[in-house]
Amino acid sequence: MHTEFVVVEGDFSNAGKASSEIKKTLKQLNIDNQKIKKIVVAVYEAEVNAIAHAYGGTIYVDLDHEKISVVIKDVGPGIPDVDMAMQKGFSTASPKVREMGFGAGMGLPNIKNNVDELDIKTQVGVGTEIRMVVNFLS
Amino acid sequence: MEISKIAKILDANIIVSNHDSKHKVKYGFASDLMSDVLTLEEEEVILITGLCNIQTIRTAEMANISVILYVRNKQVTDEMIHLAKENDMTIMQCNYSMFRTVGLLHENGLCPVY
Repeated sequence: MHTEFVVVEGDFSNAGKASSEIKKTLKQLNIDNQKIKKIVVAVYEAEVNAIAHAYGGTIYVDLDHEKISVVIKDVGPGIPDVDMAMQKGFSTASPKVREMGFGAGMGLPNIKNNVDELDIKTQVGVGTEIRMVVNFLS
Repeated sequence: MEISKIAKILDANIIVSNHDSKHKVKYGFASDLMSDVLTLEEEEVILITGLCNIQTIRTAEMANISVILYVRNKQVTDEMIHLAKENDMTIMQCNYSMFRTVGLLHENGLCPVY
């Protein structure tokens, strides 16, 4: 099963819509609740990141009975230092993002903690592509 | 702790009711930082927050939290009510400060997550 969602820059009122749709689909498929929580928390954090930091992007979801793979690809400033961005507490978030309850430098560490595979490709001035996988059978 | 007991202790309004008044929560987690809420592994949690926007509902949805309590007399918007109903959540609101709210709930037996 393949699904795509568009992420619009600065569209905070719709942040979480893709994660919500993914959650509904996984519940209908009777996937384990803890597995669902892991992937939707990770996708939600990534969705907020893309809305907050990038100029828009697309979320690609591929799902089968063994795993869910989600790619969040944005056009944006990229991440100059991924290792630093993975550290808890490091953030470049705007006051607007902090008003929404995010921007404390926990997004990428939260994503890492919830997924079985994480791959971040980024190029400064071009954009970022985050690929995450949660296995259902492990 | 039953939702009805929480409402009584805090003199809270139940804005959206999607649970029986005897529905129980085991843990309380108080935060205005949604990324902290997203780290929780526990279920049966009531989210206590002074941050009143659509993302608190979305965060609760992702974290499998079905009861949210807004403190400091924060006013819930129609958009938030709609999303809470869509996700079968119960939304409560009280006038007390965060400090007074969590103090009273803990004193009456609501457990902390950690």
